[in-house]
This record gives sequence, C-alpha cells and structure tokens, in this order.
Amino acid sequence: MVTASWYLILAAALFTIGAVGLLVRRNPLIMFMCVELMLNAVNLTFITFGRELNDIGGQVSVFFVLVVAAAEVVVGLAIVVAINRRRPQATADDLSALRG
Amino acid sequence: METAVFIVCAAIVLAGALGVVLARNPVHAALSLVGTLFGMAVLFLNLEAHFLAAVQIIVYAGAIVVLFLFVIMLLGVDRLEDLSVEPITGQRTLAILAGLGTFGLAVAFLATSDIGLVGHTKVLTLDITDQYSNLHQIADVLFTDYVYAFEATAALLTISVVGAVVMSRRMARSDEAQESAGDD
Repeated sequence: MVTASWYLILAAALFTIGAVGLLVRRNPLIMFMCVELMLNAVNLTFITFGRELNDIGGQVSVFFVLVVAAAEVVVGLAIVVAINRRRPQATADDLSALRG
Repeated sequence: METAVFIVCAAIVLAGALGVVLARNPVHAALSLVGTLFGMAVLFLNLEAHFLAAVQIIVYAGAIVVLFLFVIMLLGVDRLEDLSVEPITGQRTLAILAGLGTFGLAVAFLATSDIGLVGHTKVLTLDITDQYSNLHQIADVLFTDYVYAFEATAALLTISVVGAVVMSRRMARSDEAQESAGDD
C-alpha cells in the first residue's frame, strides 16, 4: 500500500531535479520551467500532508500557490520578452547587469 | 490499484522532470513539462484532490505551458543549446552535490519523524462519505477563513497582467525614434 511517505519522497525527488536544473541551465525559459517543477513538488507535499492530517487547508494552500505561480510566469515571461527585444539570445550569464 | 497508479505516475513525473532539465531544445523541455504536470494531476486524483487535479490540467498544462510555447515561438529561441559547455568550472558538480544533499536531508527527515518510512502503517483514507464534495469543502474554507487572501489574489493577478502588458509592449513612437537615434 502506498503511504504518505512515498508521495513525500517523490516530491523531494522532483524538488531536487528542479533545483539542480535551476542551478545548471543557463536558458532563462528553462530556468522558469525548473521553478515550476519545484512549485509542483511543494504542491504535492501540501496535498499529501492535507490528506494525512485530514485537513482541507492543504488544498487551499495549493490553490494560492497555483495563483502565485501563474502571476510569476506572466511577469517572468514578459521580462524575458523585453530583454530579448534589446539583446537577442541572451542567457542568464549575459544578464548580470540590471541595465537594459 | 492505488499503488499501480502511483508507480506509473511517479515514473511519468520523474521522466518528464528529467526531460525538462536535460532537453537541449526548449520546445522539448516544455513538452516534457506537460508530461510532468499531467502525471501530477493524476497523483492529485489519487490523493482525492479532485478540484485541484482539474485546475492543474486547465491552468498549468492548458495556460502556463502554452504561454511558454508561445514565448519560445515568438522569440525564435527554439534552437539547440550546446550543453557540453560548462560556463563556470565545477558548477555542475557542486549543483548535483547540493541537490543530493537536499534530497538526502528530506529523506532523513522523513525517516526520523512521526510520519517516517519505518513502521508507518497508517493507510491513507479521507472520509469521502462526507456529505460535502471536495469542491464544496474547499469553497467553504476559501470564502470564509481565507476570503481576504482570495481578494488579494485578484489584485495580484490584475497587477501582474498590467505589468506584463507594460513590460512587453513596444516603445511609444517618440521613445523609439530617440532610441534608434541613440543606437546609431
């Protein structure tokens, strides 16, 4: 039988993959996708604990995480578009200065 | 049955996650992300979070990944990336070590806590004979205890949409003329 621990280990593995990807990759779009992976891992943890403790609050937290993730992606991709207009094919290493 | 669904979905989720990190082409990474999010939605169903499984498909796989693909196509960055070059020496080794450390700490915490791996026999069951559905329970809490947070998310979404429009629109004509003069 699958217990809560299996879900939590899966979430930890997913979070690890996302974190390593965020550190290793240099393409801003891929880095955003890795952030999404980490957010999803946290969502899985929330829902697992919510079920284990028989509390609906875990699912409500996931709802808010989803909203924040959507807002984060919209703003982040707008920044990527704005940067690419001035400096095409820029990677994260090229963006060490904040000026356009 | 729950075990079989978990094993299949865990494999899909991890394979998709590795695909995101290892894909050389950003389009392939985005499609791998869809796989991960879909597997995650089925896991949510397994955990009896029905509303969130639907939201996961609609918002993540439907909206966010499409937004990613749209930006990839718009910018024309769907070219292969050379992953063999390591910009900072030793960075990958350190990143993988840090990742393994994170994973190890999480598993060690699980093994030593109340909900640990060893001797944990409690079978996960939520009282779904409850008269309220999952959606009804979420709505009950969301519109009473968390109603101010819910209103704040409305403001957050509005601000982010306005911010995205402001940042990604083209410059006004006078600015543009000035800018091109500056570039010359």
